[in-house]
Amino acid sequence: MIPGMFDYFAPSTLEEATRLLEQHGPDAKLLAGGHSLIPLMKLRLAAPRVLVDLNGVAGLAGIEERDGHLRIGAMTRHAQLEASELISDRYPLIADAAAVIADPLVRNRGTIGGSLAHADPAGDLASVMTALRAELVVVGPRRERTIPIDDFLVGLFTTALEPNEVLSEVRVPSPNGGSGGAYVKLERKVGDFATVAIAVQLTVRDGTCDEAGIALTSVGPTNLRARQAEDSLRGGSLDEQSLRAAADLAAQEAQPAADLRGSEEYKRDMVRVLTLRALRRALERATR
Amino acid sequence: MTLRTSPEIGGMGHSLKRKEDARFIRGQGKYVDDVKLPGMLYLDIVRSPYAHANIKSINTEKALAVPGVLAVITGETLKEYNLHWMPTLMSDTQMVLPVEKVMYVAQEVAAVVATSRYAAADGVEAVEVEYEPLPVVVDPFKALEPDAPVLRTDKEGKTDNRIFHWEAGDKAATERAFAEADVTVKQDIYLPRILVASMETCGCVADFNATTGKLTIWMTSQAPHAHRTVFALVAGHVGLSEEKIQVIAPDLGGGFGGKVPIYPGYVIAIAATVVTGHPIKWIEDRTENLQADSFARDYHMTAEIAAKKDGTMTGLRIKALADHGYTDAATQPSQFPAGMFSICTGSYDFPQAFAEVDGVYTNKPPGGIAYRCSFRVTEAVHALERMVDILADELSMDPAELRLKNFIKPEAFPYRSILGWEYDSGNYEGALKLALETIGYDDLLKEQVEKRARGELMGIGICSFTEVVGAGPSKHFDILGLKMFDGAEIRVHPTGKATARFGTKSQGQGHETTYAQIIAEELGIPAEHILVEEGDTDTAPYGLGTYASRSTPVAGAAAAIASRKIRDKARKIAAHLLDTNEDDLEWEPGKFSVKGSPTLSKTIQEIAFAAYTNFPEGMEPGLEAVSYYDPPNLTFPFGSYICVVDIDKGTGEVKIRRFLAVDDCGNIINPMIVEGQIHGGLTMGLAPALFEELVYDENGTPLNGNFMDYLLPTAMETPKWETAKTTTPSPHHPLGAKGVGESATVGAPPAIVNAVVDALSHLGVRHIDIPMTPDKVWALLREHGVTE
Repeated sequence: MIPGMFDYFAPSTLEEATRLLEQHGPDAKLLAGGHSLIPLMKLRLAAPRVLVDLNGVAGLAGIEERDGHLRIGAMTRHAQLEASELISDRYPLIADAAAVIADPLVRNRGTIGGSLAHADPAGDLASVMTALRAELVVVGPRRERTIPIDDFLVGLFTTALEPNEVLSEVRVPSPNGGSGGAYVKLERKVGDFATVAIAVQLTVRDGTCDEAGIALTSVGPTNLRARQAEDSLRGGSLDEQSLRAAADLAAQEAQPAADLRGSEEYKRDMVRVLTLRALRRALERATR
Repeated sequence: MTLRTSPEIGGMGHSLKRKEDARFIRGQGKYVDDVKLPGMLYLDIVRSPYAHANIKSINTEKALAVPGVLAVITGETLKEYNLHWMPTLMSDTQMVLPVEKVMYVAQEVAAVVATSRYAAADGVEAVEVEYEPLPVVVDPFKALEPDAPVLRTDKEGKTDNRIFHWEAGDKAATERAFAEADVTVKQDIYLPRILVASMETCGCVADFNATTGKLTIWMTSQAPHAHRTVFALVAGHVGLSEEKIQVIAPDLGGGFGGKVPIYPGYVIAIAATVVTGHPIKWIEDRTENLQADSFARDYHMTAEIAAKKDGTMTGLRIKALADHGYTDAATQPSQFPAGMFSICTGSYDFPQAFAEVDGVYTNKPPGGIAYRCSFRVTEAVHALERMVDILADELSMDPAELRLKNFIKPEAFPYRSILGWEYDSGNYEGALKLALETIGYDDLLKEQVEKRARGELMGIGICSFTEVVGAGPSKHFDILGLKMFDGAEIRVHPTGKATARFGTKSQGQGHETTYAQIIAEELGIPAEHILVEEGDTDTAPYGLGTYASRSTPVAGAAAAIASRKIRDKARKIAAHLLDTNEDDLEWEPGKFSVKGSPTLSKTIQEIAFAAYTNFPEGMEPGLEAVSYYDPPNLTFPFGSYICVVDIDKGTGEVKIRRFLAVDDCGNIINPMIVEGQIHGGLTMGLAPALFEELVYDENGTPLNGNFMDYLLPTAMETPKWETAKTTTPSPHHPLGAKGVGESATVGAPPAIVNAVVDALSHLGVRHIDIPMTPDKVWALLREHGVTE
């Protein structure tokens, strides 16, 4: 549990950070909350030669609603999401998830940007942002670009970020009336990664489903969008039968692998059970 | 039990706040890793990635080139001193560092000595070892098959992987009981391999002074004296001499049996300090602690009960296979290879019983330690308490009624069990009846009927266990020949304050408080003025240490006996001071007074001062005593636990709604500490019931040797424990006390399993092996057609 040798830089601006990334190339890793990276380094499973610490970079943390979007700075801690009244009032899906990420120690340090850029399919926030159809703002040495979450998550521990880019902000479309979301997580104990978790965001107009976002945690190489389940709900009435049908579709779309948390069969059934529970809760929130 | 002392004296029965907590809660405890000596070097260990492999070569060149690395120690280095093998506490043998082959994943292969912890770790990464993999034996059943590779090729003439065969009871008579029975039930039950996972890992600082020849070792030891003697025996030939070996066990962050074995790391550190002349620090990291240290349980059992139609149990038969890993590094008394497994008749009056255990070698870490379990009692109680419920199910009887029918009756004590134990005292029906009443058993049964009608899953589970602790009488109990007595030495100082030293070693049990309370009870000196010291072999009287709930039954008794010796002398001094006869004096805690003239009295403080200033002619001055206590028998604490669970039909999650523990550990020294012990024990019983199991793949690689996947419950998973007690004193213990540290670890798991099985019993489920994880429960639900 002793890491190898590395160099450490603590830039104070984004420009400086991207310059350091450019200078050191693939040898460099960004340090945000450090709750994934540091353990990997202590186990010598990761051995970056250079750490570029984002904790001293100004202007990367914060939560505000502006121009039809919720804007969350990449260095915003999970605990800040958990404590935000704006989020608990208007974005229950994010609030649900923020309260069940790992444990309070991790939530005090861990950041939304770090979680998304790590692209662990067991990460909770990538599913949340998939269900919410978020966009990610990414800053490189020469340009800034915006990437939809579906394009950002490329594969297991892999994102669309270039080695010299820094994820700076997460943008979530602000909800209209009739929206509600829920995150339901099954974990073996508090602090564990999800066995399965489900993010659901529903928009209901005149008793009909206007938009549905459903994303699955821990059952694929990335957080998965359950497209068929979403399609089955869109434009229809959200009765118990259609919720059950959507949950069945989500279970079919999952790509679980057996591990110590359970068999493939178990996890697939958990996708069904938890999707149904999340849909019910989201619907209740959307229609109250 | 009525209080005999005032709160100011704080004898038995007072819930004194723990004296040791003042430093623990301020972060001022001093643990092994807090020891820092000038010139100290750091040791880190290269470990095997293979479960079974020949070592072709070890190349240390690159490691020695790492800045700060001073030496790399291999088995060949130790072989020069004949220190590459050492005995285990079960008189088996264990490699310190291998010369020919490795036998489990994470086994020590070589050790790096460096000027910093970081350099040592870099050195470990740079050591190049070439292995030649050998066939791996993971499954203990396959280990006994005729064509299984023989693992212990170091043992001349060894042709199989069997370590021992042990049995207890009359086999033929038990067979007859089964043949004549109206009903028999049988079940395979597995208690998986688990780890103590104490908060502090193992480690040591070894410091050899070549000039004086003195070796000082600060180490994580539950048994400092026994360890010193073993070091003297094992390393005597290289010049270590027992009087010049000082083992110091400073504050320990938990032990639970895991700090009884001698791990290779200690011995390598000792070799390294002798060779380099520098102090050497070796502290395991968490991964090493979880992957290489001794494990517990790993018993594959087949249990059977024979009974009459009316529920009278007439026979018990258990056959077990014990997976010990590559060497038997258990910590049982030497005559008990399967520990006290023959306590398996438990709280019931079985007329016949037969138990047998086979120990086998596999390519896994060695052990078989008594993890908060008095030598295999957990395994025995789990099998029995599961079988009683299975029998109740077979007979359609209420499990509480079946237990009450078969309990050993209160008037039958002292009770001699068919497998040879003499139970000192008990009132099993008293404890179960209190538990049933306190939890509202009848109402729960009604609620269960209503819930089942609605398709909800709720279960109630009972466990009525009997523990056997306080090893033990020297006639039967020893470790490597060292009899399992324990010592107490008390010195009363002139101002009436006292220092007391013990051969035991607290790892969190609160000895500094409870021993002081025993002495306060016996001498009337306020507990706050009694300093308790343990863990330093240069100062403490000899003793076998703290494990298997033996401190109160053995060392606690020694404290009482030594106190009484002091009181006898104090009586003589009081008689001298009061100018009267000893027989005319009356004792109450803290003073002697003349019978009929209570104003004529001398306090213990006055007497202590006189012991140094004004003692009778012909009497030796001073007020001190030593006692080495060899208990006449073990103590048999017991209890009845009831657990209520609800099961999520969708996910298979088990939620413990209520858990009531009724314990009886005889007379209680400190009720608050006992309650704390029970809370901790229950949580350590909850853990294997629902979470813990060390899993290996077919190559012998541990799949969950880290805290992400080796699951320990947190406060969030732990239910609110409810506790109650009955008091049945031990008739032979000087204070009427019994050990209690392990009762809850023994009693909790079967109560939880019985509750979960009860919730599913109407579906036809009769048994679930622990841990009862959600996926396991889900599979049973779906198999029986239950879904959300």
